Amino acid sequence: MERDDIIEYSLDAGHSEEQGRVIRKKIYFVTILLSAITTVEVLLGVFWMDFMPNAWHWVKWVFIVLTMVKAAYIVMTFMHLGDERRNIRSMILLPYVLFLIYIAYILIWEATYIQNVLKIFL
Amino acid sequence: MSGEASKTISNAVLWGGGRSPLSLSYGKMMIWFFLVSDALTFSGLLAAYGFARHSLAPGMEWPVGDIVFSSFPGLSGSYPLMYVALMTFILIISSVTMVLAVEAGHRMDKKGVVKWLFLTVIGGLFFVGSQAFERAHFIHGANPRVTLADGRTAFVVDGHHGEIDPATFALAMGSVQSEEVVRGPEAHALYENAITVVSGANMTENEYGPPAYANFFFFITGFHGFHVSTGIVLNIVVLSMAIKGVFHRRGHYEMVEKAGLYWHFVDLVWVFVFTFFYLV
Repeated sequence: MERDDIIEYSLDAGHSEEQGRVIRKKIYFVTILLSAITTVEVLLGVFWMDFMPNAWHWVKWVFIVLTMVKAAYIVMTFMHLGDERRNIRSMILLPYVLFLIYIAYILIWEATYIQNVLKIFL
Repeated sequence: MSGEASKTISNAVLWGGGRSPLSLSYGKMMIWFFLVSDALTFSGLLAAYGFARHSLAPGMEWPVGDIVFSSFPGLSGSYPLMYVALMTFILIISSVTMVLAVEAGHRMDKKGVVKWLFLTVIGGLFFVGSQAFERAHFIHGANPRVTLADGRTAFVVDGHHGEIDPATFALAMGSVQSEEVVRGPEAHALYENAITVVSGANMTENEYGPPAYANFFFFITGFHGFHVSTGIVLNIVVLSMAIKGVFHRRGHYEMVEKAGLYWHFVDLVWVFVFTFFYLV
């Protein structure tokens, strides 16, 4: 029985120096992108009240969308899930994402209900 | 009940084990499954946090992140969210050094792996140390919340470090950044006659807002910090194995990749915690 923890399946295992340079360039690009997105988020968080006092709703959604973008880049390029086969990628992402959408929807729904009840009685 | 089990399967379709159809080794696949389960745990915590915020009783206010987290170690003054931004940046950079270690492993470059893995450990240690500073400062508090004799809420914004000096004492009415500030002996007199003064944070109350705020802060950042700490330990173990040449002899650096997956997961969770706790 062959030990399968020492078989290496990695798709870019054993790559040459030249391929390494291409891969490293991609890594640096994603790093700069993530840093830029984080900088935008922090600056927005600190200064939004001074420039657009009524825009909280939009600012909040910008934060959430930018975070999703960061998460996608980390999972796809740093964790190399983008390089994996489609079957394992779906196995990991689909159940989690579907469940998360459900949970987020339910919690917002129920929490607003609770708050409305409290508004009546308090 | 014979049915399907008694039909013989032709050898052409029968899988004899061996090469994984997912093109993943057992170890890497299990790390991914563990990460999904851990992601669900953190999602549960963040969902509970979202629920607490959305169902907040009317009249209670959730504190604003850039007011609560505005201290920078070694500097006095207000630097809203700066230190947390630095922490986030360092953790992302440590994730980058980790992925560079993995890439070096793919080229069987032992020195590269050791160098990048060492930098990842340093980044992790910086993050955990920063988290300790943040929590210590959170517990200590910056602006004690005072409930005055007439029921109004005020925050002490000056004159309370060390000996309370009535001359420089200042109370901001309503919120920490309020324009309405009472100063000097008059403020000190209000403070002396106050009903309650809440300073810092403890197990029952905190100066920032509802008790749930401190509870969630400590639990979520603490649980995450625990993951970072175990990740640092794991990275140190893998680093020492790489230095000793275990992976080079094995012929591949997949263990570095697996440790890297865990470390990236820790970074990923932090990105979400940072957004939902500090920004939103």
